[in-house]
Amino acid sequence: MNVPVIEARGVTRTYGEVRAVDGVDLDVAPGEIFGLIGHNGAGKSTLIRLVLGLVAPQAGEIRCMGVPVLGPAFRDVRRQLAYLPENVAFYENLTGLETLHFYAKLKGLTLSAARPLLDKVGLAHAAQRPLRGYSKGMRQRLGLAQALLGTPRLLVLDEPTTGLDPAGIREFYGILEDCRARGMTIILSSHNLAEIEGHLDRLALMSQGRVRATGNLDTLSRELDLPVQIALKLKPGVEQSFGAWLARETGLKLAPRGEGYGFTCTPARKMSVLAALATRGAEVLDIDLKRPSLEDVYLEHTAAFAGGSPC
Amino acid sequence: MLNFEPRQLAIVAGKEFRDRLRSRWVLVAATVFTVFALVIAFFGTASEGAVGLQGLDATIASLVSLVIYLVPLIALILGYDAVVGESERGSLDLLLSMPITRAEFLLGKFCGLAAALAVATFVGFGLVGAIFAWSLGVGAMAPYLVFMLSTLALGCVFLSLAVALSVAAKSRVTAIGLAVALWFFYVLVYDLLLLGSLVADDGRYSGAVLPFALMLNPTDVYRLTNIAALPDMRSLYGLATVVPDALGRIPLLGSVLVLWIVTPLFAAYRLLEVK
Repeated sequence: MNVPVIEARGVTRTYGEVRAVDGVDLDVAPGEIFGLIGHNGAGKSTLIRLVLGLVAPQAGEIRCMGVPVLGPAFRDVRRQLAYLPENVAFYENLTGLETLHFYAKLKGLTLSAARPLLDKVGLAHAAQRPLRGYSKGMRQRLGLAQALLGTPRLLVLDEPTTGLDPAGIREFYGILEDCRARGMTIILSSHNLAEIEGHLDRLALMSQGRVRATGNLDTLSRELDLPVQIALKLKPGVEQSFGAWLARETGLKLAPRGEGYGFTCTPARKMSVLAALATRGAEVLDIDLKRPSLEDVYLEHTAAFAGGSPC
Repeated sequence: MLNFEPRQLAIVAGKEFRDRLRSRWVLVAATVFTVFALVIAFFGTASEGAVGLQGLDATIASLVSLVIYLVPLIALILGYDAVVGESERGSLDLLLSMPITRAEFLLGKFCGLAAALAVATFVGFGLVGAIFAWSLGVGAMAPYLVFMLSTLALGCVFLSLAVALSVAAKSRVTAIGLAVALWFFYVLVYDLLLLGSLVADDGRYSGAVLPFALMLNPTDVYRLTNIAALPDMRSLYGLATVVPDALGRIPLLGSVLVLWIVTPLFAAYRLLEVK
């Protein structure tokens, strides 16, 4: 049995004139880290709130772990899912530990689960302090601890790294890998494409309330035929002759860069170009290959709909 | 339909109640009630030259007049941000993503706040009640018991109204504005309008409508309940003479107050359903 964790069909939600989510289909498989990618206002948070049954769609249908999210049976699913809202807020008068105890009780868990989680997110020292003294980053860490209560099957994290410093962001992705290893399904949204890039199995690119493309980064960039960037570093003195030869051999447009050349080629030609380079490998000191980034893919996929040039 | 877990309600109620204990809200409210009750019980007729423990009836009558101003205001302030406060802070989404239904959440909020109000009411007015019980004997305390219970009921009515407008309002500022307007309307304006219309048409139509019009203002129901508990007091209140005997029965008036508690809560629940 491989029931999709999320199964959404034709989901639409409008607020007044704004179509926040517009005819979205979404499938998330068990055990994957799935990214919702898009600018602020693209509809990520609304889609997440729809998926969690916090708002009702005007059209369409959503199932989570096979259960309709607006039905009475969804309560049991809620015990197995965790949510970290964007800009999460807690109760200022409670301490970190009391906060976790409150949510643990609501989830029907034993209170002993709380302490180790505070250790895990690096808040052990602040466990007994009221939240009014917490920094933005500490609140975000507490939010993550809250989400990890009771080993959920599904983690839904809306812009989870907001407010974290670089070290915190690294720790966060470490914890995420840990969760994946334990078989959790993870959905996370982000507008910070560079940061999230290496951590996703699959992703959906959103703009203006619609999912413009879904897949893994490789497939998406291959579909677009986005060029691969290659930089060559050559032995001193051979640049001229090597450049002339390479241009003749491959027909590529080379630009002199540093002690060698930079150029781009289509993914389809990548291997033949590398094979050609290998024949004169003795003259090459280094090759740097840069595949299209998530940002390139996102901009390419959404530019057509944005009605303007990418920023 | 039995998708209702009292445990979840109790968790929210417990947090709400503890919050009010910790913030000293309960202590402050109880102290205010105690001080007012003591002052009225011992100095209520000081203007007539008498100081000392007053009669029970006169004390209750004075306390009722005070409670009508004070308790609705306190209850509205207690409840106005119950829901809108959570949504404005940004803690509501997370709470509702937990395995809790909106009915459990809403009732939990109400019950926790009502418990805080109950403790403040019984502790606050209890001291004076105990003094009277010691002086007059426990047997004479039925009207005072009615007074305390109806005071709590009146508080719960306005708490329920506060929770409803806390769901309806988009922001805390709107909510507090609505709360103050509600207080003005029921405590100050409503009875004046009623009186005005009585005078204006010489009581031809409004006289017949009056008893029912009184039921539409919870503070009037509260006043009538306490008058009904003190037969000797009826003469002190002009209004009481126009109320048919049927409406002077405590169980009936109590039921009206309960209806006043249930209706706004139900409206709040309908407003809060997933939309």
